[in-house]
Amino acid sequence: MSAVIIYTAVAIAQFMLVVAMAIAAVRMFRGPRAQDRIIGLDTIYINAMLLLVTFGIGTGRVIYFEAALVIGLLGFVSTVALAKFLMRGEVIE
Amino acid sequence: MLPYPILTISLTLMWMLLNSFSLGHLILGALVAVFASWAMASLRPDKPKLKKWYLLPKLFFIVLYDIARSNLAVAWLIVRGRTEGRKAGFLTIPLEIEDRTALALLAIILTSTPGSVWMEYDSYDGSILMHVLDLKDEEDWIATIKGRYEKLLMEIFA
Amino acid sequence: MIYPAADLSLPVALAVAFFLLVGAALALIGAIGFLRLPSFYERLHAPALGTSWGIGGIMLASMIYFTAASSRLVIHEILIGLFVTVTTPVTFMLLARAALHRDRTARSHGVPRKYPIGPEERPREDISDEE
Repeated sequence: MSAVIIYTAVAIAQFMLVVAMAIAAVRMFRGPRAQDRIIGLDTIYINAMLLLVTFGIGTGRVIYFEAALVIGLLGFVSTVALAKFLMRGEVIE
Repeated sequence: MLPYPILTISLTLMWMLLNSFSLGHLILGALVAVFASWAMASLRPDKPKLKKWYLLPKLFFIVLYDIARSNLAVAWLIVRGRTEGRKAGFLTIPLEIEDRTALALLAIILTSTPGSVWMEYDSYDGSILMHVLDLKDEEDWIATIKGRYEKLLMEIFA
Repeated sequence: MIYPAADLSLPVALAVAFFLLVGAALALIGAIGFLRLPSFYERLHAPALGTSWGIGGIMLASMIYFTAASSRLVIHEILIGLFVTVTTPVTFMLLARAALHRDRTARSHGVPRKYPIGPEERPREDISDEE
């Protein structure tokens, strides 16, 4: 019984997160300006991170946690670099 | 020996959370944390002065509650979808706190709360520029931020 | 190491399902708002739903699940939550300042400007459009 509840909840949550990623991708392609695209990318990686954690719950493996942590770290650095590029036109000054 | 004790303790805790809570990892993590805090000391950042650190949990729970409340408010606003009657706008708030750690904490609080984003801090006259999603009452926002967060932060970082 | 879901008691399973669904729903609503709100500065608010209690809900679900399934305290998910809470304001602030800077340089209306136009925001006159 409890396995059914958890697997159903994980499936619904994964579906919602994938839809959220698709919506963010739509905004990323549509723009209209560069800052919208960057926030779209930011939303996509946050949702990907959450998706990995739900995979961890669904399969019962702890290993997905590390992947989520790495995505979070790399996503933060890339968003900051892109924002810096928008502000000055150069990443390394 | 230990220039930043809080940093050292939290790094050790993080090491043990990522590995396991055992004596071996405690020693290894403490070693790494001590060397990392020496490296931090050579960067010479401003040392935060926590005067009333016991008020930090109070601030934490207030913020957690406020974030949950504004999560519901913003979610309802998006789901409802109507835009008439709602006005988003910029807001300038004069602040009294000058401590850099307190300002950073206030920035994290305001930006983590859905519905308000910290945009710019002007160190010349100590005012911030915010963007607010639902700007019904300008005075109300200023009173909330100054009375609810700034007063507590000023007590903590005196 | 695999911790199967079948060993959990019913209340724990319900709590895990509840927090998972709340977190995912908040992330989804944030994305919808990000698509639907009209201007950039309003859109900036929507992803904050996913990065505050969206992450909080899913991390709580994961913590409850692994703590109950492995019958020892598993709270390393709190690191992701802490990390995202500290880093999101940095990215949002940088992006907001970049957007303000770009809007001021483009002299759009509706962007607050406290000081007269600074040297770096003045339109360049030494570069002409004609070749």
